[in-house]
Amino acid sequence: MPFIPHTRDDVSAMLQSIGVSNVEELFSEIPSSIDRADLSAVPRGVTEMEMLRVLSERAKKDEVGPCFIGAGSYDHHIPAAVWDLASRGEFLTPYTPYQAEASQGTLQVLYEFQTMMSSLTAMDVANASVYDGGSGLAEAILMAVRCNRRNQSKKILICGAVNPFYIQAANTLVRGQGIELVQGDLSNGTYAIDLSEGEEVCAVVVQQPNFFGLLEDVDEICDWARTKNAMVVAVVNPMTLAVLKPPGEWGAEGADICSGDGQPLGVPMSSGGPSFGFLCTKLQHVRQLPGRIVGRTTDRAGSLGYTLTLQAREQHIRRAKATSNICTNQGLLVTAATIYMSIVGLRGLGNVASTCHSNTKYLVDKLCKSGLVKKTFVEPFFHECALDLSCDAQIVCDMLLRQEKILAGYALGRSFPEFQSSLLICATERRTQAEMDRFSETLLNACMSLARGQ
Amino acid sequence: MDNNQTIFDISRPNRFAGAQIPEMGSLSDIPLHFLRDSSPCLPEVSEIQAIRHYTNLSHQNFAIDRNFYPLGSCTMKYNPRGAHRAANQPGFLNRHPLTSVETSQGVLQCLFELQEILTNVTGMDAVSLAPMAGAQGELAGLLMIRAYHESQGEAHRDEIIVPTAAHGTNPATATMSGYKVAETKVGADGDVDLEHLKQVVGPQTAGIMLTNPSTCAVFERQIVEISKLVHDAGGLLYYDGANLNAILGKVCPGDMGFDVLHLNLHKTFATPHGGGGPGAGPVAVNGRLVPFLPIPIVGQRNNQFEWFGSDEIPNSIGTMSAFMGNTGILIRALSYALMLGREGMIRVAEYATLNANYLAKELEKAGFKLAYPDRKATHEFLITLSDETAKFGIRAMDFAKRLLDFDIHAPTTYFPLLVPECFLIEPTETESKEQLDAFVHAMSTMRMEAQTNPRQLLDAPHHQYRKRLDEVKAARELDLTWQPKSKKTAQTK
Repeated sequence: MPFIPHTRDDVSAMLQSIGVSNVEELFSEIPSSIDRADLSAVPRGVTEMEMLRVLSERAKKDEVGPCFIGAGSYDHHIPAAVWDLASRGEFLTPYTPYQAEASQGTLQVLYEFQTMMSSLTAMDVANASVYDGGSGLAEAILMAVRCNRRNQSKKILICGAVNPFYIQAANTLVRGQGIELVQGDLSNGTYAIDLSEGEEVCAVVVQQPNFFGLLEDVDEICDWARTKNAMVVAVVNPMTLAVLKPPGEWGAEGADICSGDGQPLGVPMSSGGPSFGFLCTKLQHVRQLPGRIVGRTTDRAGSLGYTLTLQAREQHIRRAKATSNICTNQGLLVTAATIYMSIVGLRGLGNVASTCHSNTKYLVDKLCKSGLVKKTFVEPFFHECALDLSCDAQIVCDMLLRQEKILAGYALGRSFPEFQSSLLICATERRTQAEMDRFSETLLNACMSLARGQ
Repeated sequence: MDNNQTIFDISRPNRFAGAQIPEMGSLSDIPLHFLRDSSPCLPEVSEIQAIRHYTNLSHQNFAIDRNFYPLGSCTMKYNPRGAHRAANQPGFLNRHPLTSVETSQGVLQCLFELQEILTNVTGMDAVSLAPMAGAQGELAGLLMIRAYHESQGEAHRDEIIVPTAAHGTNPATATMSGYKVAETKVGADGDVDLEHLKQVVGPQTAGIMLTNPSTCAVFERQIVEISKLVHDAGGLLYYDGANLNAILGKVCPGDMGFDVLHLNLHKTFATPHGGGGPGAGPVAVNGRLVPFLPIPIVGQRNNQFEWFGSDEIPNSIGTMSAFMGNTGILIRALSYALMLGREGMIRVAEYATLNANYLAKELEKAGFKLAYPDRKATHEFLITLSDETAKFGIRAMDFAKRLLDFDIHAPTTYFPLLVPECFLIEPTETESKEQLDAFVHAMSTMRMEAQTNPRQLLDAPHHQYRKRLDEVKAARELDLTWQPKSKKTAQTK
C-alpha cells in the first residue's frame, strides 16, 4: 500500500481497541442517502518507477532551446547549492512556523529575507511573501485603499506599461471590493503625466522598468502623485534593483508600497509557478501589510529568537476584518531566494543585472544594425527591449521555435493589439554570444523570408 | 551549531562566492538619475559560509521528514520524494510560462489529467487549477457565486453564511470578495444548529461556506438538510476542502449537494508545505458554475492540449495569478495521484480515519477528555485539556510546548475557539501504530508531570534551540529587519 505503514496485525489491534469490527463502521455517521464515491475515472496505481517513466517522457517533450522571452519570467542561472539546500527535508516539509520554538530555522530565514528585500527596495519592512507578482499587485492595491485616509476614491491609475498579466490578475482579485483600475495613456511606451487629469485616484501604479523594458520617469510620477494625495505603488523586478534606483528613493518621498515577483532570485521558471510575490512598505503602514511577518525578540533565557508577529492583522485572528485572506504563502521559494541572494551576494546580483542589460543591448544593437528591425520605442531600456519587426511577430516566433527550437521573445500583439509587429526580447546572463548570434541570424532570416512573402 | 548569527553578521566587505559571479556588464547607456547610488544590504560571504549557515538553520526546524506532526486541519502527511523528483525535471523546471502550446504538450497533458482526476474525486463537473492556495480557491469560489447570482439577476444577494467554528479564511474571503458575513451557530454535538441556520438564511443569502467533516472534527450529519435549506432560499453551497482527506474515495462533496469547492493539494495530495507554502487550491464546480471558472483551463482540440482562456470561457471570473497557478505543485499532486491510483485513494480516507479513531480511543483510555465523546472521530478529533487547566493550572499551550521536547510537533491549539483549551489532532494515514502509541505515551507522561512537576510544562520547551519566545515583545518593539549595530544604537537614541 503506497505510503501507508499498517500491517494486518496493526489493523486488527487498532480495530479491537476502538471496538469496531471493520473500518467501514468508522464511517457510519455519513448518511446513507449520500451516494458512495465512484472513482472509475482515476487510473489504477503505479510504482514510483513507472510514474517517473511516464512523467519524464512528458518533461522531455517540452525541452526547448535557448530562451529569449522575459515578460515577467526570466531564465537566470541558479547556483547548484540553492535548491540542494532548499530541498532539504527540514526546509521542504515543515508547516507554517506557528510553533516558533520548533521553527527557528524557517523564521530566521524569513527575517533575513525581510532584511534583504527591504534593503533592495529601500523600504522599511517586507512581508514573508504573497503568491506571485500578480497577486502582489492586487494586495498592494487593496493595501493602498486601506492606507489612504486622505483620499476615499476607489479608482487606481495605472501609469504606463504595467505587466498586463499582473493587471488581469489584480482585476480579478480586487473587483469584489468595488475597486476600479484605470489605464493611463501611453506616450512612446511610457506614461506621460497628464496634468489635466482631474479625476481623483486613490493610488497610482508604476512599473520600473516597465513591461516594454523602458525606464519610466518614476521621480516625476511620484512627486506628481503626492500633489494629488494619491499613494504610489511601485512594481519592480528585484534583480534590477541591484543597479536601478530603488522605489524607496523615487521622487522626494519615495513610493509607499512596493510589490513584484521574486522569480529572478533563484526560482526556476517552472511554467510561471511556484514563484513568489513580495510586498514592502514604509513602517507607518506595517499594520496594513497583509501576510506573515517575522519579528526578532528574546526567549525566556534572554537569547535572541524569532517569531511570527503582528498576527492581529491576519485571518486566523481577525477573521472577517483581516487585511487579507492569505494563509499559505510561497515560503519555500522565499527560502530559495534568501539562499540565492546570500550566495550571489552584493557583487553577484549587481553583475547579474548589468550583464543581463549588456547582453540584451548587444543583441538589440546587432539586430538594429541590420536595418531590418528597429526599436519600437525610444530609449532608455533596461534588460528587455521591444523590437519592431515590420511583420507579424507571432509568426516569427512560431518559425524560430519550429526551425531552431529557439524561444524568440514575447509577441506584444498578444497583449497589445496595436503592437502586432513588435517582439519583446531579453537576454539574461545565461545567454552566450554564440546563442545570441545564432538568434540574431535566424530572426533576421525569418523576417526576410516573411518580407519576401514566403 | 547555534551561534545566534545572521548571515549579515557573517558578512565581510568584498568577500564573495567567486564561482557564482558573472562578469560585470556595462550600464553606460543608462542615464545616471535612473541608477542606484546606495548599496543594498546583501550578504558578502563565501559559498561554503552560506551553505553552512543555511544547513545549520535547517537543523532548527521540525519537519515531516523528521517529526510526527499531528497538526489538525493541516493534513501533514508524508510528501513522497518521487513526486518531488518528477516535478524537478529540466523539461518542467525550465519551461517559460509563455511558451507556445506546441512545445508544451507534456506539461499540458499532466494538468489535463489532474483536472480529470480531481473532477472525479470531488464528484463535480469541471475543475480549474488556477488558484494558488486554498484561500485563493475560496476567493475564486465566492467570485463565481457572485457572478452566478449576477447572471440570474440576483445581484442583491450580499451575504455569506459561515459557522462560528469556521476556518478564519472563510470570513476573511467573504469580506475580500465584497460580501457581508453572517454567522450560524454550532450545536452541542458539533453539528450546525439547524434551527439557528433557518433564522439566518434568507433572500439576502448568496451562499454558505462549510467544511465537512466540520472544523469540530465530526461529520456534519445534516448536510442534506442544510443543502436543501440553502438551495431553497436561492443560495449556493461552498465546500472548504481543508478536510477532504477524511472522505477521499468514500463520498464526494458533489453528492452532498455542494456547488463549488476548493482542494488544498498541499494537504490531501501530499505536496510539501515548504515552511509556509507553496500550496495549490484548485476549484471544482457543478454545471451551473462552469461558465465562470477561473482561467486558464486545459482543454483538448484537434488531438492537441490547449489553454482555454477568455475566448472559450467568456464569462470567467478571470485569471488568479500572472501565469498558470503553481504548476510545479500541480505536477507533484498528479505524481502522487498516479502512484496512489483509485484503490490507494480510497485507502487514504480509511487509514486516516482508522488512525484518528484509534488515537482518540487510546487517549480517552489514558484519561484525556474528548470534546465530542459520543461522536466518531473523522480524520481528526478534538480533545479538551480544560480539566488539566482547572486542576493543575496547566494550559493547552503548555502541553503543546512540552510536546516538542518529545520530538513531536504540537497539534493545532485553541482552534476551534468554542472548545476551551483544545487540541485538534490529525495523525494522517501515513503514520504507524508505533508512532501513535508514542504520542499517547508522551501525552500521559505530560499529564503525570502536570501533577508532580508542573514546571516541566510551564517552562517548556527545554530541549529546543530556544526557550519560549516573547511574542508580546516581538509585537511591541518591532524588529523586522537586521541593522548594523552602529545604526541600531543610533535608532534607539
